[in-house]
Amino acid sequence: MSLMTLHLKVWRQAGPDQPGRFETYTLNNVNPHMSFLEMLDVLNEQLIKEGKEPVEYDNDCREGICGMCSLVINGIPHGQLPRTATCQLHMRHFNDGDTITIEPFRARAFPVVKDLVVDRSAFDRIIARGGYISVNTGSAPDANTIPVAKEKADAAMDAAECIGCGACVAACPNASAALFVGAKISQYILLPQGQPERPRRVLRMVAQMDEEKFGACSNHGECEAVCPKGISIINIARMRKDYRKAALGLL
Amino acid sequence: MATDITWKEGKPVDGKTPDGPIETRWQRHKDKLKVVSPANKRKFTIIVVGTGLAGASAAASLAELGYNVLSFCIQDSPRRAHSIAAQGGINAAKNYQNDNDSVWRLFYDTIKGGDFRARESNVYRLAQVSANIIDQCVAQGVPFAREYGGLLANRSFGGVLVSRTFYARGQTGQQLLLGAYGALMRQVDLGKAKIFPRREMLDLVVIDGKARGIVVRNLVNGNIESYAADAVVLCTGGYGNIYYLSTNAMNSNATAVWRCHKRGAYFGNPCFVQIHPTCIPVSGDYQSKLTLMSESLRNDGRVWVPKKKGDKRPPTEIPEEERDYYLERMYPTYGNLVPRDVASRAAKRMCDEGYGVGETGRAVYLDFSDAIRRLGEDYIRDKYGNLFEMYEKITGENPYKVPMRIYPAVHYVMGGLWVDYNLMSTIPGLFVLGEANFSDHGANRLGASALMQGLADGYFIIPYTMGDYLANTLPEKVDTDHPAFKDSEKEIQAYVDRLLSVNGKRTVREIHRELGLLMWDKVGMARNAQGLKEALEKIRQLREEFWTNVRVTGSSNTLNKYLEFAGRVADYLELAELMAIDAYHREESCGGHFREEYQTPEGEAQRNDEKFSYVAAWEYQGPQDPPVLHKEPLKFEYVKPTQRSYK
Repeated sequence: MSLMTLHLKVWRQAGPDQPGRFETYTLNNVNPHMSFLEMLDVLNEQLIKEGKEPVEYDNDCREGICGMCSLVINGIPHGQLPRTATCQLHMRHFNDGDTITIEPFRARAFPVVKDLVVDRSAFDRIIARGGYISVNTGSAPDANTIPVAKEKADAAMDAAECIGCGACVAACPNASAALFVGAKISQYILLPQGQPERPRRVLRMVAQMDEEKFGACSNHGECEAVCPKGISIINIARMRKDYRKAALGLL
Repeated sequence: MATDITWKEGKPVDGKTPDGPIETRWQRHKDKLKVVSPANKRKFTIIVVGTGLAGASAAASLAELGYNVLSFCIQDSPRRAHSIAAQGGINAAKNYQNDNDSVWRLFYDTIKGGDFRARESNVYRLAQVSANIIDQCVAQGVPFAREYGGLLANRSFGGVLVSRTFYARGQTGQQLLLGAYGALMRQVDLGKAKIFPRREMLDLVVIDGKARGIVVRNLVNGNIESYAADAVVLCTGGYGNIYYLSTNAMNSNATAVWRCHKRGAYFGNPCFVQIHPTCIPVSGDYQSKLTLMSESLRNDGRVWVPKKKGDKRPPTEIPEEERDYYLERMYPTYGNLVPRDVASRAAKRMCDEGYGVGETGRAVYLDFSDAIRRLGEDYIRDKYGNLFEMYEKITGENPYKVPMRIYPAVHYVMGGLWVDYNLMSTIPGLFVLGEANFSDHGANRLGASALMQGLADGYFIIPYTMGDYLANTLPEKVDTDHPAFKDSEKEIQAYVDRLLSVNGKRTVREIHRELGLLMWDKVGMARNAQGLKEALEKIRQLREEFWTNVRVTGSSNTLNKYLEFAGRVADYLELAELMAIDAYHREESCGGHFREEYQTPEGEAQRNDEKFSYVAAWEYQGPQDPPVLHKEPLKFEYVKPTQRSYK
């Protein structure tokens, strides 16, 4: 495979309260087998050699599971490849001579920290309000005393696969966190262990979501389209149904 | 001319393991541990560094007990710690499959799998609490795989003959971690735990000989911050990234453990590194990490190479009779499920002898065609779908159609800070959990046992042993105005400034990559005395080069990833030396430590129990002085050490 030349339009912003701007860089000899983040590593090597500040971007596992990498690539969170986190997007999906625009996730609830790095701690605060089953260490009964139908366990797992990256928020015209919150709530709706706290959980988590200034969901479905794990918007429907019932005291 | 490798020998170190019948050791030990009253627990503050399985479970469980917990991590959220990437599963002696599993068998497999270099007492306790972990995680709503009847499913991992591994598709680590993270966030909501993300621990503060706090760098604004506590629990994972390329996350590093080592914590068996047999092979210089393909794939995948050297035909065109299923041939009893060290060495040998496949010849096939024929593509997709998808994304090849190409890669370290039976290091008040300690896996860890150990340490051991320490010690109150904190802050700031002021020609990555290649060649899958001497010489040169020729741009008062990397590489350049010394001093082969001079006629690891049946616990003496070796003799009262055989 032949090496490529790419033009990168990268968002640079020194800090949360600083104005940002696009900088354009040209990168030669991009190997199509590189991942997108490895391509940015190479850019940073070049910038450091020139005595310039490297571009900051969050990443950690580079296996598509930790949820730390973000980036809006050519207008799409995590880029154009479906069901793929930025770290698993490889350069073979781009062409020689392409100009690629790289921006941070943009949402009021995700302020920019620096360059392409945003603050997603709002997600932690939502989870703190009920994204768990309240069980202290040491008090659990034998695991097989709680049978769970395979179909239910599989559906719970489908929801639980969320990696908490926030692409759903970045893609949503309203910057809603409904898919993230709905997925966590669904996991516990589907499991017998989740039943005792069901009303309390949905009320508290949704209240926190609003508090964090995420927008409301108006069924665009962009979230599911960009989700690197393909989390379905059926989870939003489950959350809403439970929320309505819980708010009316019917759950 | 290679340098001489020297060290001094110090007094033996005592693991303080209980005696008497092994079945009741942990219970009798717990009965003797002191307990802190609920009213007094809230007067104590405990720092937990790291939020992986060990850290999150410890932080949550300690907060549940009533302690004030301060939890630190380097990522933007505690949920991102690298335990999240563990794929295949978690072991537990439940015997749900009626296949004659038991605490004893898990204990025996782990001792043998570790090539008789782990403590019997620790490993037995680990096997005992394994069952409680599964109970706890199911109660938390971890969506483990289930059978149609609604009960939990199991699969097999390497080095064992039973099915005791619980799993959640190929994302077991993620689900267990999110369970522990949820438990931690519940304590945050209750006001018992506080989280400090984007902080990197850069020093341990020791006052009157006890661990009393940490100094961290706030990675967002560069501030050097101090936190005081009554005890510190280190859960910062392993140092596999010293090899540059490993399956570890980009932020996984050795800095916290290394700084503690320099403050007096002994380092146990630093040369025991696990090279995992099934990873996606290296493809180019730009590569930043290697990706694991779960060991669980060896349940249904068969490993092979062509029988003819340098056979360049595509795998699907090589007929059955011209394939060498070498693991099944060499190890008929365990076949493709031999332990990791054995499988890795076999793959290396096949490639060294010229049977390797792929562009570079440094790969072997992992083939699912038999299983797909037998069980159908849907069955394979249900069990391993996400792993197959990941493989295809990285390589651009479809593993349902062509066999995967795999090669060994650095994955885990058995070595780590030395701890006693209570998981306390040689610094009182500094506890070390999970991969960061050296404790339970000997010279080779079995698959699906890292998750088990991390959670055992955090959920079921530290909550007991911490109380005993605090009740016995009753630490006096200190705060961060203490001169020890101020001195450390000054040192750290000076260190950060020094990294920025070298302003040389080479990037951190270039130096790190060079160190990694050197470690892989000389302190990797096979080692020998001559190579280790050369390595030591080169490590010292590279360290010199780093401090005179590294270039870190930007400033210290802002997010500066390359400044973080620089500090980590500086520490690797010191730790590398200790690894080489440890590997040199251990004149035997055991588990992942393979000294070429010591092998059986079949090329298996040849232990020397007479001379090396001990844990090597190293004490730091300063940058120029040779380290001091403290031995902890290993007693085998229940499993007699034998030549490990998986034939």
